[in-house]
Amino acid sequence: MAFPADRFVDSLLTAGIDFATGVPCSLVGPVIAELERRGLYHGETREDAALGVAAGAYLGGKLPMVVMQNSGLGVSLNALASLHLLYEMPCLVLVTWRGMAGKDAPEHLVMGEVMPRLLDLFGVPWRAPEPDALASDVAWAGERLRATRKPVALVVKPGLFTTHS
Amino acid sequence: MTLADALAIIMPRLTNEACVCSNGFMSRAVYGARDSEASFYMIGSMGLASSIGLGIAKGCPTRRVVVLDGDGNVLMNMGTLATIAVAAPRNLLHVCFDNAAHASTGGQRTISDRVRLDAVARAAGYAWVGRVETPAELTEQVAAFLAKEGPAFLLVRIALGPPGAPGPRIPFTPVQMTARVRRALGAAS
Repeated sequence: MAFPADRFVDSLLTAGIDFATGVPCSLVGPVIAELERRGLYHGETREDAALGVAAGAYLGGKLPMVVMQNSGLGVSLNALASLHLLYEMPCLVLVTWRGMAGKDAPEHLVMGEVMPRLLDLFGVPWRAPEPDALASDVAWAGERLRATRKPVALVVKPGLFTTHS
Repeated sequence: MTLADALAIIMPRLTNEACVCSNGFMSRAVYGARDSEASFYMIGSMGLASSIGLGIAKGCPTRRVVVLDGDGNVLMNMGTLATIAVAAPRNLLHVCFDNAAHASTGGQRTISDRVRLDAVARAAGYAWVGRVETPAELTEQVAAFLAKEGPAFLLVRIALGPPGAPGPRIPFTPVQMTARVRRALGAAS
């Protein structure tokens, strides 16, 4: 059963995450809608630009989250490498797992296969929670963000927030 | 008017604004002209100075933010011009020093001599857009620009400077820069 977006946003706020930007994916549609409803979401045009906005928000005292499809993770690599990781700026990356297990439209298959290794390669700690672990994994992410001052990823598998695939 | 000439006119007029300086020669020239605790020097992440400035402006709405950008950076991230225009932060001022070249990598031409970036900013919907081409025009307009309600965009047409870097390398580590800018902006450490 899908995890309710309002409870997820509540858990983000509990973890201290108070600013969100990004580029949409259908797998997180309910999350973006809930963030917008609460005035927390500032949409960007590209995922690396969203990381730039998040970096600025952190400089201004926020603890940010960037929402993206994993296609946007490819766009984001230079911002992660030469901004967040270099300057030690924390950011929760909520990234969807299109192409998981090779079951998706063809444009998602390569990134779907390499994403876990890509996150590991860049030294971004990540978890891909089932619904029953989501709240505790958000708390884990919040602790890691504060302790390391570097990005942490929560990977959204199909069905976590939406019932359709 | 070179970048150094333009900065010599603008930087003494700044007070406690947060500054975001784009990567390469821009950051080095700004650091050489006037450093402040609230100046963020971008050494990588080309294109993202405007995005970082938008994030500071949103995260810190009581602080005025000045983005010191170049034509190569603006061309790389034109989408954020639209994002800024629609987000409409009143506290954001965006300066684009336009030499129609990638000065930091040897002066290769950009296309900003054929695509007017002030016109792009105007089309995107910045609340105010201006363009200056001479030191006299810049001197005449700078104080009014710095007092504008944002988002405001000023294109400063400049010539390529003499060969070589226009200022010293930034002496702070990136991690030190994060800490000092956050401290200057009142963010908890």
